[in-house]
Amino acid sequence: MARKLNLRIWRGNRESGSLQNISVDANEGEVVLDVIHRVQAEQINDLAVRWNCKAGKCGSCSMEINGKPRLACMTQVSSFPEDEEITITPLRAFPVIKDLVTDVSFNYKKAMEIPSFQPPEGMKPGEPRMQQVDVERSQEFRKCIECFLCQNTCHVIRDHEENKESFAGPRFFIRIAELDMHPLDMLRNRKKKAQEEHGLGMCNITKCCTEVCPEHIRITDNAIIPMKERVVDEKYDPLRWLGSKIRKREGIL
Amino acid sequence: MTNNSAALERHKYDVLVIGAGGAGLRAAVEAREAGLRVAIICKSLFGKAHTVMAEGGAAASMGNVNEKDNWMVHFRDTMRGGKFLNHYRMAELHAKEAPDRIWELEMWGALFDRTKEGKISQRNFGGHEYPRLAHVGDRTGLELIRTMQQRIVALQQKDKQEHGDAESFIKVFAELTITEILKENGKVAGAYGYWRENGNEVLFEAPAVVLATGGVGKTFKITSNSWEGTGDGHALALKAGGNLVDMEFLQFHPTGMVWPPSVRGILVTESVRGEGGILTNTLGERFMFKYIPDVFKDKYADNEAEADRWYLDQDNNRRPPELLPRDEVARAINSEVKAGRGTEHGGVFLDVSKRLSAEVIKKRLPSMWHQFYELAGVDITKEAMEVGPTCHYVMGGIEVDPDTAAAVNVPGLFAAGECAGGMHGSNRLGGNSLTDLLVFGRRAGMGAVQYLKGTSATPVSEASISKAVQKIAAPFTRTGGENPYLLHQELQEITHNLVGIIRTKKELDEAILKIADIRMRIQNVTVSGSREFNPGFHLSFDLDNMLLIAESTAKSAVIREESRGGHTRDDFPNMSPVWRQKNNISSFNGTEVVVKQQTLPELPKDLFGLFDPHELEKYMTQEEMAKGGSN
Repeated sequence: MARKLNLRIWRGNRESGSLQNISVDANEGEVVLDVIHRVQAEQINDLAVRWNCKAGKCGSCSMEINGKPRLACMTQVSSFPEDEEITITPLRAFPVIKDLVTDVSFNYKKAMEIPSFQPPEGMKPGEPRMQQVDVERSQEFRKCIECFLCQNTCHVIRDHEENKESFAGPRFFIRIAELDMHPLDMLRNRKKKAQEEHGLGMCNITKCCTEVCPEHIRITDNAIIPMKERVVDEKYDPLRWLGSKIRKREGIL
Repeated sequence: MTNNSAALERHKYDVLVIGAGGAGLRAAVEAREAGLRVAIICKSLFGKAHTVMAEGGAAASMGNVNEKDNWMVHFRDTMRGGKFLNHYRMAELHAKEAPDRIWELEMWGALFDRTKEGKISQRNFGGHEYPRLAHVGDRTGLELIRTMQQRIVALQQKDKQEHGDAESFIKVFAELTITEILKENGKVAGAYGYWRENGNEVLFEAPAVVLATGGVGKTFKITSNSWEGTGDGHALALKAGGNLVDMEFLQFHPTGMVWPPSVRGILVTESVRGEGGILTNTLGERFMFKYIPDVFKDKYADNEAEADRWYLDQDNNRRPPELLPRDEVARAINSEVKAGRGTEHGGVFLDVSKRLSAEVIKKRLPSMWHQFYELAGVDITKEAMEVGPTCHYVMGGIEVDPDTAAAVNVPGLFAAGECAGGMHGSNRLGGNSLTDLLVFGRRAGMGAVQYLKGTSATPVSEASISKAVQKIAAPFTRTGGENPYLLHQELQEITHNLVGIIRTKKELDEAILKIADIRMRIQNVTVSGSREFNPGFHLSFDLDNMLLIAESTAKSAVIREESRGGHTRDDFPNMSPVWRQKNNISSFNGTEVVVKQQTLPELPKDLFGLFDPHELEKYMTQEEMAKGGSN
């Protein structure tokens, strides 16, 4: 049942690196992470790779497989033709630490810049009442496992290091959208801030982020586009914002 | 490489929290809110903790779906699930405080699924009398970890505003491994470790350390745990002079994936059964009706018609036996497979497609649908899943004081979450883990705050530092020794074959000898490559921890001559009321694990009185019944 697999794995560090050809066995039903582990145990003990749950739930084993940003634990070996070489490289948008491990601290820096959830003043634990239909919009974005594949693929930063300063990236646009649509969040002007401070305007909706999302979150259609559309209204119409929140609060109380 | 202490990276904090899952983060929040400076150590990236793997929900008797629920019912269910070996005070605190911990998450931005009235929805789960689990589809753990992570960020943002530096009070040290707890004059003084990225060493000086490192699953071959579940906190506590309680109790979750081989062990949430999934063998029999133990006969339906009616009318029907506590279901599946009624891959069938529409399945069990579709090529809206037991959770853990989470014997050390013992007795109910993290994470934070009011920091001595330095350097100084990966696989084979679901004295004795042999050989483990992000190097430390876990588990298991919860002895198949009064306490004498018995604290009269005496009779001795609880 085992088949021989020819891999090309990028090995190196911050300074330099190159693709290394490796031949390894793959068994029925295995995913790319399984064969990487076999290489690690049998051939290259110090091969660096991040992983945790191996079930598509933690978002740690993000890498590029034949140039596509993927989770290695959710990529079946059988999805590649028998004789095809599989090329495994680290995420391109982030600096390499070693082999397949990259420095993703950019994302944690951006997370720190997004203003946090702000519940209504005076609301006590246990009081909130929300309808399922009202929480579902934000719940879609809270499915995010922070694999950062969307950040990696977004061309605004993928090949433009200089944009990183002013661009939060798709992962944090859905975070802003999540809070903006959260029935209890009271912070004003989230959309406006997304536009003015987090670089929402730099996104030209090519939907690359949506395509690579392993959780199938409709990043562009459900978060980015609605925010882009409404940011214009709100810029000039504070009453409209207030209206939306008052309606939300009636639902709560 | 850090060889002289002049160049050593040093940090001083009030509280050091080791582990960044639900319990660790909740402890950190509590300590920060009391004004302390806190360091959080993550073995992985921030937000990747094993907590994300919890699927079904968080048990709290909010009474949103059935108003008859309250803390007393939850307490009873927890004790029953643990076969009355739980530390009663932990089960009591947990049941009482769980609802507040869930409501608090909502104030930090969590978005649980709702009832029609707009309250937090609650679902049925094995062993819980009423619908009790707050949930978000089947990704509740992710919601919990993300909410806690975002709460930490919110506190850091506030610190930035007020003190100019986001990390002035809470700093997260991601991808850092702690190798040792440091003590001076009998008290905790800090901890030592290294950055995984470059192998550089770090000294933390802190008078209080909270262990929240989770489980031990990687000691076993088939497990739902991620690579991090290597029993680090259990081992750190043992080496620091602490105790482990009842390490023989391991939960084999009844439903892990069994096919294809590469995903063997990955969890299939109990919600599948909570939502109506049924278990059948290859003869098409719904076999669970055959496995209802006497102690549960009045609560579980013994026929299909009644079991099916329960989904519509829970007041007038008994529950389906698929919802028995996990230990019962795991043993039943194991028996069916052993009797030759299992699938060719060694599992049984779990089917939800006949009871729910495809649309409802995708809505209530989205990640299960996803997992089976993408990893096994199975569409669970149309077909049955193949499932079998997988090592999921360790009930045993660090012996702590229930109210403060302070580790027994080690002043300044605290423990919460899966690495702490006592709360779940011999078997944990599904859903009790997530609220355990929150209730005791908070209490560990409070415990540390209280402790620091009466003590001051002790500087770490140069002698302690140089010992820790040598330990980290050791694997690189050896040549020609064994490969840590292969040694790990060998250990997993031993635990799987000899310390598994069904145990015997002969096999456990054999396991103890074999584990001692690996203990000798690990002295010789060699690591190739540099210190830079080197998984082989990391594994050499994890392996040392897993060996202590395996030894403690096997030694406790051979001593406990009864079957209870997550410990089944083929040679002692029944529960023993005498053993119910005893905890197995493991300690480490520097060369091996020593196990002694200790009397379990007695149920006080008020809690004793919450049970029907006829139920307690099934577990307790006549003397205990006559006494009716302690005063």
